[in-house]
Amino acid sequence: MRGKNDILADIRRNKPGFAAPAPHVPYYDDDYPRDTDGLVERFVTTLEKMGGVWCAPTADETLEDTMRRVFAQREIEATALVSNVPEITGNRRLRAGDAARPLHDVDVAVLRARFGVAETGSVCFTERELIVNAIGYLAQHLIVLLDPRTIVTNLHRAYQRDDYQNARYTVFHTGPSATADIEGVLVRGAQGVRSLTIIPAHGSA
Amino acid sequence: MSAPDPIKSRNSPKAAREAAPRPDKAGPGERQNHRKAARQFLDSPEHAKSHDTRVWAMRQRRDTAAETIDEWEALRDLASQIKTHALTHLDDYLEQFADNAAANGVHVHWAGDAADHNRIVHEIFKDHGVKKVIKSKSMLMEECGFRHYMEGVGIDIVETDLGERIQQLDAEDPSHVVVPSVHKMRSDVAEVFSKTIGSDPDNDDAYYLTEQQRQHTRPLILDADAGMTGANFAVAETGGFVVCTNEGNADLSANVPDLHVASIGIEKIVPKRSDMGVFIRLLSRSALGSPITQYTSHFRSPKPGGEMHIVLVDNGRSKRLGQERFWSSLKCIRCGACMNTCPVFRRSGGLSYGATYTGPLGLILDPSIDAYRYSNLPFASTLNGSCTNVCPVKINIHEQIFEWRKVLAEDDQIPWTKRKTLAAAGEVLANPKSYRTAVKSAHSALKYLPGWAIYNKLNAWGQVRDFPDVPAEGTFHDWYKKNRMPADAATQGDH
Repeated sequence: MRGKNDILADIRRNKPGFAAPAPHVPYYDDDYPRDTDGLVERFVTTLEKMGGVWCAPTADETLEDTMRRVFAQREIEATALVSNVPEITGNRRLRAGDAARPLHDVDVAVLRARFGVAETGSVCFTERELIVNAIGYLAQHLIVLLDPRTIVTNLHRAYQRDDYQNARYTVFHTGPSATADIEGVLVRGAQGVRSLTIIPAHGSA
Repeated sequence: MSAPDPIKSRNSPKAAREAAPRPDKAGPGERQNHRKAARQFLDSPEHAKSHDTRVWAMRQRRDTAAETIDEWEALRDLASQIKTHALTHLDDYLEQFADNAAANGVHVHWAGDAADHNRIVHEIFKDHGVKKVIKSKSMLMEECGFRHYMEGVGIDIVETDLGERIQQLDAEDPSHVVVPSVHKMRSDVAEVFSKTIGSDPDNDDAYYLTEQQRQHTRPLILDADAGMTGANFAVAETGGFVVCTNEGNADLSANVPDLHVASIGIEKIVPKRSDMGVFIRLLSRSALGSPITQYTSHFRSPKPGGEMHIVLVDNGRSKRLGQERFWSSLKCIRCGACMNTCPVFRRSGGLSYGATYTGPLGLILDPSIDAYRYSNLPFASTLNGSCTNVCPVKINIHEQIFEWRKVLAEDDQIPWTKRKTLAAAGEVLANPKSYRTAVKSAHSALKYLPGWAIYNKLNAWGQVRDFPDVPAEGTFHDWYKKNRMPADAATQGDH
C-alpha cells in the first residue's frame, strides 16, 4: 500500500521539469448592466431558461400573498411548510443539528438566498440559510426570497464574495432539479425539488 | 404530499421497439475489439441513429453556449494555464489541500491505487457499521471497480444519478462520462425498470419513467447509512471540494446520511477558490450547453453531528505526470465535449470501447491503465482534431491519440492486421510517386470495384461508412498541378 509520502514523492519525481506561473484571471464583466434593474433582467432571462420561476409581488400583495399565488398557479399543496425566513410563517420549524430524515414529507421550504448571479440565474445558500442542508433537496418545492440588490454580474464576482469563508457548505441552486437521462427528454424534479420560485424581497440573509 | 405534474403518456407502441444492442466487452486478460463491438452496436440501426442524434445535439448546444461568451477562447486558455500551474506544483497544492481539509475537521486518506481506495472506504464503512450506501456519479469510483468490490463484501450501493441508476439496474457499464445511459432508448429503460423496480413495461414515457425512479429511490436515500460523492474540483486554498450535478443527487447523498465519503483523484486540485469562476463557466457549457449545472455544491466541513472523509486517489496519475507526451491529459475536467463531437464515438456508442473512459478521452486514458487490453482504442479515431478544438482545458487530444499509436507500435501492442496494413501504408506514404499512383488507382477502384473489395474485413471503417464520390477534378494533386503549380516545378518532389 502506497501512502501519502509515497504518492507525494512520486509526484515530486515525476512532475514536469518546469514551474508554470498562475495566470491572472480578469472579471470579464465590463459589459454587464451596472444598475439593479438591468442585472435583474439578465438574471431572470437565464433563470427561466434553467427552469426556475421569477414571481414579483404586485403592489398590494404581502410576501405571503405572493407565495399563495404561486401555490395556486402551480397547484402546489403546501400541507407541510418549512419556513426559514421571518417574513413567512410556516408550520414546521428547523433547528441546526436536526436530523434530515424527518424532512421527507416536506412539501415546500422557504429560504432566503445570500446573493444571486446574473450570468447563470443562480442563487447561493450556505448552511446558515438552509439550517438543515438536506431541506434544499428533500422538499418537493422551494420558494426563495432574493434581494435584487445582492445580484452580482457573473461567476468570477460570485467567487470573490466572502460568504464561503466560514461556511461548511455553500451551494448554487439554478432552477429546480433536472435530468435528461432518458432519451434526452428534459424532466424537472429528478431527485431534488420539482420547482424553484424566486420572489424578489429586500432583506438580508 | 403535493401532486406531481400530470404525466402525459407518450409511450411508443411495443411492436416498434428495437432490442437493446449488447456490444461485446473483453474478458479478463483479453484485448477489447472495438471494431467488432462497434459493428454490434450498429446492427441496431434505431439505437445507432438515436445515439448519434442525441450526442450531436449536445455538441450543438455546446457551440451555441460558447458563442454567447466573448471571452470563451480566453477562458479555455486560462483553464489550461491554471491546470498547468496546478500540475507543475501538484505536490505542494495537494499537501495544502490535505492540511486545510484536516483543519476543517475532515478525515483525509491517501490511496495509491484502486485496491487501496476500495479497502480504505470499506474500513470506514466497517468502523461505522455501514450496510447501505447512496452515491452520486463518480468516474473515479468506476475506475476503481468500487461497486463491484462492495457487492463482494455485502455492502449495498445505490446509484442516485438517473442515468447511472439505469446502468446499475441493467448490470451494464456507463457509456458516457456525463450521460451514462445515452446509448439506451426509452423502450430499453422501460424494460429495465419493469424488471427491477416494477414499472409498467408498456409505458416508456420519459416523465413516467423518471417519476418511477424518483419514487423508488427516495426511500433508499432516506434509509442509507452513508453517502458517497466524487468531486469535480478540490480547492487547495480552502481544503474544500466542488461537486456539480443537475439532479441534486450529490447533495442528497452528502446531506441526508450523517457520514459522507468523497473519493477525489489527485489531479482535481486547483489552487484557489477564484479559479472556480473559470472552470464552472466552462464545465456545463462544454458538457450540455447550459450556463451552469442546476447544482454547484462546495463542501468544506462536515455538517453538525456528521462526519466527512476524503480519499485522495493516485491510481496511476503520479506516473502519468512523468510521461512527457501524456501528462497534460491530467487536465481533463470530464465534460465529455470530446466524445460528443467525435464521429467515431457518435457512430459506435460508448459500450464499444469496453472501458471506463470512452470516446477520445478514453483513447488517451485507457491505454495508460492497461496497454494490452486497450491497444485497439487509439485507432478508433479519424484524427480530425475536433476533440482538441472543443476541449475546455485545451488538451491536444488528437495528437496524444497519434502518440499512443506510436507507443503501442514500439511496445509491439498492435494487432497483426493493423500492423500489416500500416506497414504497407507507411511504405506508400514515404514515397511521393508510389503515393500518387496508389491514390489514382484507389480513385479508379472507387469507381469500378464492387462493394466487397472496399468494404472488406480488413477495413473496419469501410464497414460503417460510405466513401465519398470521386471528385470530377481528380485528386487534389491533379488540381494543384493544373491551377497553382508553376510548370517547371510540377515534377518536384516526385524523385
